[in-house]
Amino acid sequence: MTSTYKDSGTASLKDEEEFTDILEERRCTTDLGYALRTFNPQPYKGAPSSSTSDLKKAVLESQYLRYIAKEIALETGSSVEKVRQEARGILEEMSHNLQLGFIRLMAYTVNKVFKRLFRSIYVNMEGLNMLQQAIQESPVILMPNHRSYVDFLIVSFILFTYDIPIPVIAAGIPLASMKVVGEILRRSGAFFIRRAIGSDKLYWAVLSEYVRTIVRTGCAPLEFYVEGFRSRTLKSVVPKLGMMDMVLEPYFKGEVFDITLVPISISYDRVVEESLLALELLGVPKPKESTTGLFKASRVLQEDYGCMHVNFGRPLSVRQLCEGKINRSEYNLIPRDLPQRPSTEIQDCVNWVAHLIVRTQEEGSLISPWSLMACLLLQAPITTLTEEGLQWHGLTEKTLWLRKLVLDFRGRLNWPAHTTDSDVMSSTVALHHSIVHHKAGRVCLVQDGDPASQDPLSPEEGVMRTAAAVLMLVSYRNQALHVFVRPGILATAIHITKSTQKDELFSFFCFLRDVFANEFIFIPGRASQDFDEACSLLQKCGAVHMSEQEVTVLETGLEVLSFLQKLLQPFLDSYQLIFRYLCENGAHVFTEKQFLPAVQNLATKLILSGDLHTFEVLSSDTQKNVLSALRRLEAVTKLRASQQNEYKVNKAAVRRTGDILSGKIPPESLHAIPDARL
Amino acid sequence: MSGFSDNIMRLSGRMLSQYLAQRDWDGKLTRAPHPGIIPTCSIVILSDNLPKQEIMKWNGWGYSDSKFLYNKKGQAEFTGKRYRLSGMIIPGLREWMESTFGANLQHKTPAAPILNSSAVQPPTLNEAFLKELKSTGIPFSHDAEDRVFRSHGHCLHEIFALREGKIGRVPDLVVWPNCHNDVVKIVELACKHNVCLMPYGGGTSVSSALECPPEETRSIVSLDTSQMNRILWIDEKNLTAHVEAGIVGQDLERLLNESGYCTGHEPDSMEFSSLGGWVATRASGMKKNIYGNIEDLVVHIKMVTPQGVIEKSCQGPRMSTGPDVHHFIMGSEGTLGVVTEVTMKIRPMPEYQKYGSVVFPNFEMGVACLREVARQRCAPASIRLMDNEQFKFGHALKPQVSSIFTSFLDGLKKFYITKFKGFDPNRLCVATLLFEGDREKVLQHEKQVYDIAAKFGGLAAGEDNGQRGYMLTFVIAYLRVVLGFKYTLLVLDICRNVKARIVRECKDKGVQFPPLSTCRVTQTYDAGACVYFYFAFNYRGLSDPVHVYEQVEHAAREEILANGGSLSHHHGVGKLRKEWMRETISSVGMGMLRSVKDYVDPNNIFGNRNLL
Repeated sequence: MTSTYKDSGTASLKDEEEFTDILEERRCTTDLGYALRTFNPQPYKGAPSSSTSDLKKAVLESQYLRYIAKEIALETGSSVEKVRQEARGILEEMSHNLQLGFIRLMAYTVNKVFKRLFRSIYVNMEGLNMLQQAIQESPVILMPNHRSYVDFLIVSFILFTYDIPIPVIAAGIPLASMKVVGEILRRSGAFFIRRAIGSDKLYWAVLSEYVRTIVRTGCAPLEFYVEGFRSRTLKSVVPKLGMMDMVLEPYFKGEVFDITLVPISISYDRVVEESLLALELLGVPKPKESTTGLFKASRVLQEDYGCMHVNFGRPLSVRQLCEGKINRSEYNLIPRDLPQRPSTEIQDCVNWVAHLIVRTQEEGSLISPWSLMACLLLQAPITTLTEEGLQWHGLTEKTLWLRKLVLDFRGRLNWPAHTTDSDVMSSTVALHHSIVHHKAGRVCLVQDGDPASQDPLSPEEGVMRTAAAVLMLVSYRNQALHVFVRPGILATAIHITKSTQKDELFSFFCFLRDVFANEFIFIPGRASQDFDEACSLLQKCGAVHMSEQEVTVLETGLEVLSFLQKLLQPFLDSYQLIFRYLCENGAHVFTEKQFLPAVQNLATKLILSGDLHTFEVLSSDTQKNVLSALRRLEAVTKLRASQQNEYKVNKAAVRRTGDILSGKIPPESLHAIPDARL
Repeated sequence: MSGFSDNIMRLSGRMLSQYLAQRDWDGKLTRAPHPGIIPTCSIVILSDNLPKQEIMKWNGWGYSDSKFLYNKKGQAEFTGKRYRLSGMIIPGLREWMESTFGANLQHKTPAAPILNSSAVQPPTLNEAFLKELKSTGIPFSHDAEDRVFRSHGHCLHEIFALREGKIGRVPDLVVWPNCHNDVVKIVELACKHNVCLMPYGGGTSVSSALECPPEETRSIVSLDTSQMNRILWIDEKNLTAHVEAGIVGQDLERLLNESGYCTGHEPDSMEFSSLGGWVATRASGMKKNIYGNIEDLVVHIKMVTPQGVIEKSCQGPRMSTGPDVHHFIMGSEGTLGVVTEVTMKIRPMPEYQKYGSVVFPNFEMGVACLREVARQRCAPASIRLMDNEQFKFGHALKPQVSSIFTSFLDGLKKFYITKFKGFDPNRLCVATLLFEGDREKVLQHEKQVYDIAAKFGGLAAGEDNGQRGYMLTFVIAYLRVVLGFKYTLLVLDICRNVKARIVRECKDKGVQFPPLSTCRVTQTYDAGACVYFYFAFNYRGLSDPVHVYEQVEHAAREEILANGGSLSHHHGVGKLRKEWMRETISSVGMGMLRSVKDYVDPNNIFGNRNLL
């Protein structure tokens, strides 16, 4: 009944995994019959069955919330009862209302929609089995990556299909305000969190107690996106720690014996909202989530989105992860149901766990042939892409070469078996007809636009139009970046420093790792492991030769090194450009609102004049990442008093960072000392 | 204020001159320790045995004649005549053992039957010390059996080593002082000749406190206080008794009872443990809710140290004279000197005693009830809460009933609780209660407690169940290999986490059958509780079960500390728990204790190396 195939990426590894297409069976049965199937999951054995009203009551009557309410009443001068009333309101707005009937409705609808959108949804059964086991043993946290709105209910859908308890899911509050749909989501297990909670103490208190109570009682698995929001760039986002902290606290405080984290990697051949994402990054605001919007979007149902892979990772025991990293007795001296600021040791541990999860998600995601092609297309000159097009033959050859490199780098590849390579190539391009088209042996970029429009585009508008197409390509490239980033950074270090000395390369590696910590996921304190990994991968593919002290480039490795270096070049160019803007153009104090368009203007000019070869700097994501990086490097500071996100720039420091990045001055060895503890 | 009671003097003033004497249950004298034998099956249970006339086991807990064994029909039986359970067939035990541990009759590990004297290292004697000791006339011995008997407490690894015939460093000499002045002489001689002294009371330590430090090169002298076992006087006006520190718990109670008094101090080891040991380890008694723990009971202590004798000048019930020096002594675990005499509070014997028990639908409800009892400060003399596993164990220890009527009644009770009241037999737990006082007050008190229990879903489950619960405490020690550690603090999370940790560790260490991992709340305090964890596992298939046991115990202890439990509620630190002392009491705290030791005993004469 169901077809299975092997994930070819791990074919060389021992843990070969089988993926099963869960839609295949759905296509053979009636949707209604499926939605009404008997659902009888084995819940967490320690959990007493509790209703949502029990949960809310437990939260409201918790010692913790009472304490905070009293504190707030004292601070604001209002009555405790009023504060508690307010808390009740927050909880009502937030709380999920999981009901089996709505799960069935959800399953029915989702099933219909998914069958339309996707050819197949592949799930690794082994991971699902491990999850089923884990759910009975301790409270489970499901941690998928978030690349598309479609993600939102996929996990619930799969768990419903396989008789596993339905999770409650942390969602952004805008979803709740959608008419009808918001309520359906709520009853399908979503709970809603406001954006920008800031310093609203009561809100934090209600939210954290709500989350902790769910974990503590283990009444349902908890699902949340550790990246905090949908990644617009399809690249992993540096994890947010607030929710992670709340989830782990019951373990730190000994309220549960253990917590199981299950990283889930969802990968798409084609992302439903691909064009919206690019526009959003270019500053076209994202449409507000609304029910009518949802219906308008229903034209997306006409399209083919290929396959989806949901890879359930190995369940991770928090107890084992934290072993030796923290000392839980720090909670001994204050009653455990009162708030206590965690020590830096605990905070570091939470941060480390969060990064580890995102890395594990990356490792579990599958790279499509299209991502490989995107990597290569982006290395061609832009005029080739937009005008005469890239030779199909050359692209095919290069893609197959890259496939081998990915496998050498232990990436998981989703390369269809039992199909000729040229069929794979052409079907891939066909699937992505919205971005490229293949004609007469050449591949060109499709540029969205209205050919019927009378007014010719201004040069600036032309740049933006190309940028939209390029950024779509960039996002698919990004899906493969995690495989290349460590060796890529080493290749960049070799390219810039021209050094063969291992220690010099290591210190530059650390510098790059530090500068790009907002772009790529690096587990804190693991610089030397990352470096070793990069070295061994480059050695494995025959690019370099390693000795005790030296890293020498091999003749045979030039192709690999140049590919890797070019892969990361757009990041270096973008960062340098923004550094240059900050040093030359900007004032000493600026707001984010001024900064983003100004950078965009400058970049557009330079692209037109042919001085800048990347469109990525036009992406607001890149711009914000540079700002965060500079803040981390203390070259830019956020002004505390300011309401409108004002920043103060230390031009000398920015210039210095730029000079190190271009190899003019060597990096300080400050960052070369890895944190021994982590 | 003070007066002598001749009656008591005469009663207690017995001894044998050259050899140690141990009394049996009736207070008769018997020549003591000689090897008994306790072959065991794989886990814990003891089996058939050659009876000997000696009273105490040399390599196991308690009396030689009291043990669990499987009889010819394959039924479990508890032998001897000393306990309520003695001589009874316990039909449920075997099945419980088999289902809980996968233990069965076919797998037995016999113990080394008789002590092999040649396995004992010859004593390192300090001739000059010995010569002067002889001149004092204080009895001593360097007989191998005497030395081995005093070389250990009752930690699992200690008993296991003995059973396997492995004997490490043992004391070189045993001395039996007869009174305070004898101790003064011995300590003086020890200081003069640089001999290491290790006080020995009842030998019931479970903290490796009696283990001889292997690095000790001096002659080690075990100072056995068993002959100092008299009640010196009773002050009926002030309700105090002045007692020599070597007296064993049960003797103290029996002798006081004869004059109509009691101390009310009843640690589970009271059959064998001594007053001096209680003071040295900060012991706790089952009925502390009425009588208090040892620190509440002690009014005056006399201790002989290398710097001389320490005692207070009066017997006032309370003083504001700086930090209480008694607190340097209590818990010093034999590192500072020998406690020789203690004045203790006594109480008139209670007119009426009543056991009781309450069944709760689950452990959480039971704990909630105990907290309410603590809040209302109405705890009976003792209140204990056993978890479900222990409830089942208690059930397995039910003796065979003779009449059909009783078993019918039992069936009816079970039906009522599980079917009618809807208690899940795999979740319910039981609290055992002991009330003491005058009859009317006891009944009133009982009602109050049962009323509270009812609010938490508790059902009164009869006196018999309660009494059996307490008997279990004494008998459980015979099913050795149980680990006991007591800790204070917030109960629910810690119980679950520690039990889960034990199960997980056992699994990780290759234990084939799920271990028994159980706990009970044995004491409530205004500000917390004391939880006793037990665990036992079937070690079939393990190459080094003792090591596994120690690893599991270690992990369990870390878990307790991480969950806000204390290092020890009453067993003390000894050498077993030393490694956690610094994090428990801080570096400054360690320094304070260290400086006391350095002043009182600069040459480490009391060199058992406990505590610090």
